[in-house]
Amino acid sequence: MHYEIIVVGGGHAGCEASHIAAFMGHKTLLITMNKKNIADMPCNPSIGGTAKGVIVRDIDALGGLMGKVADESHFQIKMLNSKKGPAVQSLRCQADKRTYPQNMLKRLEETKNLSIKEATVEDLIVENAKIKGVILKDGTKIMCDALILTTGTYLKSNILIGSSNKVGGPHGEKRSDFLSDNLKKLGFEIQRLKTGTPPRIKASSIDFSECQEELGDNKYYTFSHDDQPKYKIEEQQKCYLIYTNAKTHQIILDNLNKSSMYGGYVTGIGPRYCPSIEDKIVRFKDKERHQLFLEPESMYYDEWYLQGFSTSMPEDIQEQMVHSLKGLEHAILTKYAYAIEYDAINPLQLKPTLETKIVENLYTAGQINGTSGYEEAAGQGLIAGINAALKLQNDEPFILKRNESYIGVLIDDLVTKGTKEPYRMLTSRAEYRLLLRHDNADLRLREYGYKLKTITQEMYKNYQKRLEDIASLKEFLKNTKLEITPEVKEIFTKNNINLPLNKTSYFELLKRPEITLDFLKLFTKIDYPIDTEEEVSIDIKYAGYISKMQKEIEKMLKLEEKQIPPDIDYDKIANLASEARQKLKEVRPLSIGQASRISGVNPADIAILAIYLKKEYSKNE
Amino acid sequence: MEEDTIVAISTSMGVGAISIIRLSGKDAISIANSIFKGPDLTKVKSHTINYGYIMDKDEIIDEVLVSVMLTPKTYTTEDVVEINCHGGISTTNKVLALTIKHGARLAEPGEFTKRAFLNGRINLIEAEAVSDLISSQSEKQRKMAINGLNGRLTKIVEDIVTKITNIIANIEVNIDYPEYEDAIEVTPEYLKAELENIESDLVKLKSNSEMGKIIKKGLDIALIGRPNVGKSSLLNAFLNEDKAIVTDISGTTRDLIEAQTQINGIAVNLIDTAGIRESNNLIEQLGITKSKELINTADLIILVLNNNEELTPLDKELLSSITNKKSIIFVNKNDLPTKIDTTGLDIVKGNTKTLDGIEPLINKITEMYNLDKLESKDNTYLSNIRQINLVEEALKDITSAIQDTDNQIPVDMLEIHLRSAWEKLRSLIGDTYEDELIDTLFKNFCLGK
Repeated sequence: MHYEIIVVGGGHAGCEASHIAAFMGHKTLLITMNKKNIADMPCNPSIGGTAKGVIVRDIDALGGLMGKVADESHFQIKMLNSKKGPAVQSLRCQADKRTYPQNMLKRLEETKNLSIKEATVEDLIVENAKIKGVILKDGTKIMCDALILTTGTYLKSNILIGSSNKVGGPHGEKRSDFLSDNLKKLGFEIQRLKTGTPPRIKASSIDFSECQEELGDNKYYTFSHDDQPKYKIEEQQKCYLIYTNAKTHQIILDNLNKSSMYGGYVTGIGPRYCPSIEDKIVRFKDKERHQLFLEPESMYYDEWYLQGFSTSMPEDIQEQMVHSLKGLEHAILTKYAYAIEYDAINPLQLKPTLETKIVENLYTAGQINGTSGYEEAAGQGLIAGINAALKLQNDEPFILKRNESYIGVLIDDLVTKGTKEPYRMLTSRAEYRLLLRHDNADLRLREYGYKLKTITQEMYKNYQKRLEDIASLKEFLKNTKLEITPEVKEIFTKNNINLPLNKTSYFELLKRPEITLDFLKLFTKIDYPIDTEEEVSIDIKYAGYISKMQKEIEKMLKLEEKQIPPDIDYDKIANLASEARQKLKEVRPLSIGQASRISGVNPADIAILAIYLKKEYSKNE
Repeated sequence: MEEDTIVAISTSMGVGAISIIRLSGKDAISIANSIFKGPDLTKVKSHTINYGYIMDKDEIIDEVLVSVMLTPKTYTTEDVVEINCHGGISTTNKVLALTIKHGARLAEPGEFTKRAFLNGRINLIEAEAVSDLISSQSEKQRKMAINGLNGRLTKIVEDIVTKITNIIANIEVNIDYPEYEDAIEVTPEYLKAELENIESDLVKLKSNSEMGKIIKKGLDIALIGRPNVGKSSLLNAFLNEDKAIVTDISGTTRDLIEAQTQINGIAVNLIDTAGIRESNNLIEQLGITKSKELINTADLIILVLNNNEELTPLDKELLSSITNKKSIIFVNKNDLPTKIDTTGLDIVKGNTKTLDGIEPLINKITEMYNLDKLESKDNTYLSNIRQINLVEEALKDITSAIQDTDNQIPVDMLEIHLRSAWEKLRSLIGDTYEDELIDTLFKNFCLGK
């Protein structure tokens, strides 16, 4: 059996990777241990969130599936940070754990060139440091030209609850026992990571009258640029907010040594941004209470997710802890919280295309690369899939820059800085986030999608329509002037806004911080899609900030343009600090810009490197 | 590309009984060893002092102590050898020549420090301070340079950077975890208070650096006024006090006379538009142009007026030209009847012939620049243009951020200014802080699922 591209693992990375590779015309096989777990959400029942919501839109702009499947599978959607500035707003939906995987599977099955097979991969066939195929648990060999590993947390995973330590993946699934050892044999550095998930509660056992309601947004939103909303605002499902209390804290402190973490049963490194409840209570002793959110797992399950209550306490203590919470006094735990340890590779062994440096045509994406989160995984899967396809087509690789997409930031961070804990995307990691907004994802990326042939004609048309809309709205705002009539004057006074000069253009008015496009709608009819209106307002209102950032980007891009030859011998450069030399050898950055982002390489080292390059390589120019 | 070995006499020539010759580079030890009779320097332990002779073939040149310091714990982080010579200038020169003959290269000024910087031994401010130290001439300059070297300036900038980091971290937590109450909400009031605090730190740093410039370069005082009001005699009056030398500056600036003196140990450069004596209109015009140029470049202007004459149109023009500058009006010739009307003007009256009024004038200058207090102030001056520019730009960013809080600009936008200031101050101390922000974020706040 032979496929051009094989993807191992049917999680969020694997779905995007296999779909896009097949979409680009390559005969692709997706191997999963269990078809039921395609696009599984083993942790929180939501897609998106700060920064992550923008990743979903970026994926969509490039032809990925996550946004479209989320749009047809959620029961609540919300724009986060809507009261803050434009640079940080982000969508999050409560995705249905039953329909999301179903809808994803359906789309994959409808994808041309894509086959799906249930099996466990335990070894790779590598010849002359080039991937040739995989060996399944039953010994079957399947050959391929490129392989993408998206194995998630299934590499030698252990589930920990208190002192119990069971071999296996999420949902009691089997783990892959030998693949990570075989990767190690090929020369990969393997690290052990840890993550956790909170308990699930039977909905009918919760007294919701004690909980505070958390509602969805009252505006219509979609992740995908191509979708119309498929829900009704008033039909959105509620979530709830509750708090821990002194009793909860006491139970945890009294039983601390029984938890896997504090009892010393865990070796993996867990993420700081996803601490267990015991961690929060130990580290932040002064806090009287911590927030917890109750979120439905699915409209089809009688099961709720208790966000903020991840723990590795034994089952009996978990019962006590949950019962100490208001409204959950009689709660029935349908699944206990657990910690999971798993093997991941050191992402410094990857190129920015997500191809490994050690084995040619082998790509990795998602949690195997040390990241955390569905969206982070999906973004990488997409890039790995695109690049695997491009490589087989003998085309230039596709690398997103830090000023182009959160996915670019994510991958650059991974392959430049590495990670010792599961990496989560945060807006603070993106220095150019004012440009990486959710409202302009298509403007940033659709052109790439068109060139790479990862989007349909229809998607490209939607984008062109958007460009036209933006231009026409800007034109309208420039050409329309506000006449100060008594009525206009009254509206300004009522809103406590200083009256402008007569016949000031709407464009100029919008520059004032206190005047929004919605305010201008009081005087004239403006009816464009919400994203277009947002995009244009931001462009006008924050032009000064945007141009300040553009200047920073120009500086950065200049450094990115200074390429470092792949054959550079860092031992030949005198005066490099030894730590810098070692890091440069490990990362092998493609440009001075990337080199300057490596931790442990200081500006003096960069200066020396730049001088060396000039001396050694400018002769041939 | 291997760095070659450099050598220089690192003590002042002719001063003191001992001269030190310093070698740095991969051949430093073998070069020293080849002209040394005593223990085998290639075999001695690091950081030892070795007694012996410097030999030119069979001839003893000097009796010396040789310090051997092996990489990396040395000033340049390279192998360093220091030869302590006892034999005066000519012997020292001979030893130097010998090291060059055996393969060392005469170092360029500041090259040892440059290597120390490039090798990561010292940061940028320290490196700049070292170069200042090398070229410093007065004790105050030296103190200032050493101060930079000790990292006191670095510490001050670091403290400001930390303050900005905390604000950014607070903003970030608000953004990345919008639904968590654990984070302090970043309100305009909170921001404004914090930003104004940082603004005042930067203003202090900036005004201190203006002082730093005065300490380093001296205070430029321009004497302006019509011909024959007594500028030159005022200049001489200053000089009589301090016995400094008047020098003609050659070339096109022949018309300017510059003299140097000191006030409370601070160098003062007096510049006089002398030589413009004729009342020929054209030349007088030229004199005014020159005076105007001086008004722009000098730190302080002394406008000299004649007590015995009424204000002329030229006087009035000069008076109006100094309104926005630091200036003192000196009314000369108080021995003659007062014809001048100085109502509304803050003046010092005096007489350059009797030296009457010179002391009040000096006191006024001292007061204006706190010259008497410069000594005791903590010497945290930025001392070069790059540093000062960076601080000024950072200050501009902070000011914009404060304006933004007033205009109710969202925090994430305003943060762009903060980040910009942050980057500049970080580049001022020439350092990287990988993940510092993220670390602060997670150290101070309790977040996540």
